[in-house]
Amino acid sequence: MKTRKLVNLRSFPLFSTVSYLTFFILYAPIALVIAYSFNVNRTAQIWTGFSTKWYMDVLTNDDIVKAVKNSLIVALPATILATTLALAATLGLQRMGRKGNTVSIILLGAPLIIPEIVLAVGSLCFFLFIGLPIGFIGLVVAHTAFCIPFAMLPIRARLVSLEASSFEAAADLGANEWNIFKRVTLPLLAPGVLAGALLAFAISFDDFITSFFVSGPGSTTLPVYIFGMIRSNVTPAINALSTMLLIGTGGILFMSYALNQDRKK
Amino acid sequence: MMMVSQKKIGVRIVAIAAALLLLSSCSSSTKDAAESTSAAFPTAQGGELNLYNWTNYIDPEQLKAFTAETGIKVNLDTFDSNETLLAKLQSGATGYDVIVPSDYMVAQMVELGLLEDIGVSSFPNGKNIDPNFMEVYWDKGRNFSAPYMYGTTGIAVNTTDAAANKITSWKDFFNADSLTSVDVLKDQTEVVSAALRASGVAAADLCTTDKTKYVAAQKILDGFKPKVIDSDGGIERMVKESSMVRMAWNGSVNRMVTDNPKIKYVFPTEGLNFWADNLAVPKGAKNIDNAKIFINWMLSPKEGAAATNFTGYGNAVLGSGEFMLPSIKSDPGINVSPENAKLVSPTPNCSTEARDLYTQLFTSWTSNQ
Amino acid sequence: MELKRARPGQTNRWFAIVPMGYLAVTVGIPLLIITAYSFLSRPDLGVGVKWEFTPISYVRIFVQERLDGTTGLDVRYLKVIWNSFLYSGISTVTTLVLAIPVAVWIATRQAKYRYLLVLLVTLPFWTSILIRTYAIRQLLDEKGVLGQVTSFLGLGDNFQILYTPTATVIGLTFTSLPFMILPIYASAERFDFRLAEAAYDLGAKKWSALFRVLLPSISPGIFAGIALVFIPGLGSFLAADMLGGGKTNMIANVVANNFGQARNWPFGSALSVFLCLLTLFFTLLISMKTRKKTEAKK
Repeated sequence: MKTRKLVNLRSFPLFSTVSYLTFFILYAPIALVIAYSFNVNRTAQIWTGFSTKWYMDVLTNDDIVKAVKNSLIVALPATILATTLALAATLGLQRMGRKGNTVSIILLGAPLIIPEIVLAVGSLCFFLFIGLPIGFIGLVVAHTAFCIPFAMLPIRARLVSLEASSFEAAADLGANEWNIFKRVTLPLLAPGVLAGALLAFAISFDDFITSFFVSGPGSTTLPVYIFGMIRSNVTPAINALSTMLLIGTGGILFMSYALNQDRKK
Repeated sequence: MMMVSQKKIGVRIVAIAAALLLLSSCSSSTKDAAESTSAAFPTAQGGELNLYNWTNYIDPEQLKAFTAETGIKVNLDTFDSNETLLAKLQSGATGYDVIVPSDYMVAQMVELGLLEDIGVSSFPNGKNIDPNFMEVYWDKGRNFSAPYMYGTTGIAVNTTDAAANKITSWKDFFNADSLTSVDVLKDQTEVVSAALRASGVAAADLCTTDKTKYVAAQKILDGFKPKVIDSDGGIERMVKESSMVRMAWNGSVNRMVTDNPKIKYVFPTEGLNFWADNLAVPKGAKNIDNAKIFINWMLSPKEGAAATNFTGYGNAVLGSGEFMLPSIKSDPGINVSPENAKLVSPTPNCSTEARDLYTQLFTSWTSNQ
Repeated sequence: MELKRARPGQTNRWFAIVPMGYLAVTVGIPLLIITAYSFLSRPDLGVGVKWEFTPISYVRIFVQERLDGTTGLDVRYLKVIWNSFLYSGISTVTTLVLAIPVAVWIATRQAKYRYLLVLLVTLPFWTSILIRTYAIRQLLDEKGVLGQVTSFLGLGDNFQILYTPTATVIGLTFTSLPFMILPIYASAERFDFRLAEAAYDLGAKKWSALFRVLLPSISPGIFAGIALVFIPGLGSFLAADMLGGGKTNMIANVVANNFGQARNWPFGSALSVFLCLLTLFFTLLISMKTRKKTEAKK
């Protein structure tokens, strides 16, 4: 090797500065939201003192509690449905021919590529067209659709990382397809499935645009409710509620991520 | 803690009688009020009521009181515009029992056959409805709807700002953007009708299909670049003085004044819109009896006043005056002087053709911001 | 390509039919209906559509009958479309400039820290976009932290960013950052630094070695990132709605308005179809470019 001044090609001083700055940019606004949630003043941006009253406000507000319930009523069925369908899709896709593969990729990518506003108004028109009253059923149907691609990601990643040998060993030992599926495939995929479910749940719970257009009587979900609050009654209660939502879905996603990462170690 | 409401206004009933006469002036056909009195008025037997209301337009405490008195549980959902309400209803949302459409929307819904004929005027408390609100153009004889809150849309100014303080007309308003910070409602009816008024169009002609009038209005709007175009958050912005001028509902101003006494409500010299919101029952509502009980309950003087005290807008229930807060009764935007009363006229409810012209003007204007 | 030989445990392809069918119905049919609606007329009263065929909604995107009676090019919606490109484009460039250093930096950290750093990048991405956009709104409020900072910097009180197009772009940038960082990181992580070291050994300067070896290598990630930021940015709704003060309109806002106050479902549908076509176009464009690159490498 030539003896030039030893340079660490892996270190770029400017890059670390930019990185710290970017992380700051990523978290500062969120930190601000959390900070303002403790502002005793009605006008969040003008700090006059520390208080947890807005949290009490939120927790005792019947409409908010109802909105949370509604979000759960939608997210839980949508999660179960989406994860099941995602699992089926992941497994079935392994054996798809080329054409089937292409069609599948398009269908799976569609909810992600098509702007959500289009899907939202489209779903509204669709339900109107078939006479399905907008409300919980419509919400679950619509949420399931866009949750499937997300649920698939960890499942597929997990499947890819599994070795064929486990399956072949089981086959060699005389197990039939169904048994292999039940006693080898499913347990091995389980962490991925769980991660996918958590992801789907968080996506559904946080969804706004579709829920805004498709919600009906008594089915206002939490993000839609928050949007209404932002529109009409801006107090730090919104910050308190947002903080709780951040911690809630953040926690769930953290778990999903941790589950997914386990296999990498 | 009083929740902030966007629409807060109270107007002394006598003072705006002139405006109301305009509302009832046309047409003579009145639905037969003798109909639907045969069945006895339902009694409360528990159950539920699904109320679909504007955001922050009714006191949660009042709803709790209703539940305590009648045993009927109230589920509240909210919407932000009449068109959203209409779209939801026409999209097959059949779960609402009581909705709160504005004047022109009631008229459209009646025409579309979307409302139940419940015969409000023959309710036990139907006699409490202010006579001025009985023969309104959207529901003569009050069969489909009961009056809820009403108000006007004028101009809020912060008197400490020199430019803002000089505003007395819509013309001033549309010129003020270059002098100070001005907000405006995101409502095409309000913005375009104000521009039409500023260009000299009379109240009776606000639904004109004469395009030259719109061209004139367009000239006024062309140079107008407000700070914010938003129907929400206005109270907050005015109170913390992010903005000095705002096209606002007078009840919002009532609320602004409470937190920032330097603000005042201006009745523009060219005239301003008067609107009235109503309680109605969509066709096919599941809990019609409970809906009737609720509407009847809201027509009692005490409950009418409670609504006013919360929202800050006027109600059309006779006898409610004695239950209203003094701060509301003394608000000049609510306690309207006779001269100001003359300036008020109903919000235009136009034909599709005229409305399209409104939309066209509004879209052109917003796209040039 | 033949069907892959069945290995044990692979079930069969019919497992995929149900989910695909579900997606075809819940995504495909709404799109078909919207396309159909775009060719229908407005009803005389109320919302929805009247079953009368007309292509006028598409014409209306480009042509309008002006108030003075003349018919001519309608710049309003062209402006909205242009704005969508502009704001999304600026946010794409901004995120790209920030993301490349961050991605490379994370990729060059020790393995045990990388996992945590990637998690930190990912977390905000997964939280509600509504809350994140609201966070920007509170941040940019001139009466809040921003106001205090600008006063301190001598830029005067009431330094106005909120309710301007700048605020919308800032919002878009902020919410899209993770989408740009993650794909580039995925590429950067696989980069073999020995290649750069070899270039350096052969006499290249440090930065030159890096950029002429590293950048091409992470370009798949860059393209992916661009796709993930620019294309959804075109269809963005919340940023302009909450941060633009009603004055910044992107395509999604006009669509929403037409399904709301403006009550013109056919027109809203036509714009939606238009937006979808734009989205598809850019998706295909980028995917073709990516494929070319991967083919060229072979």
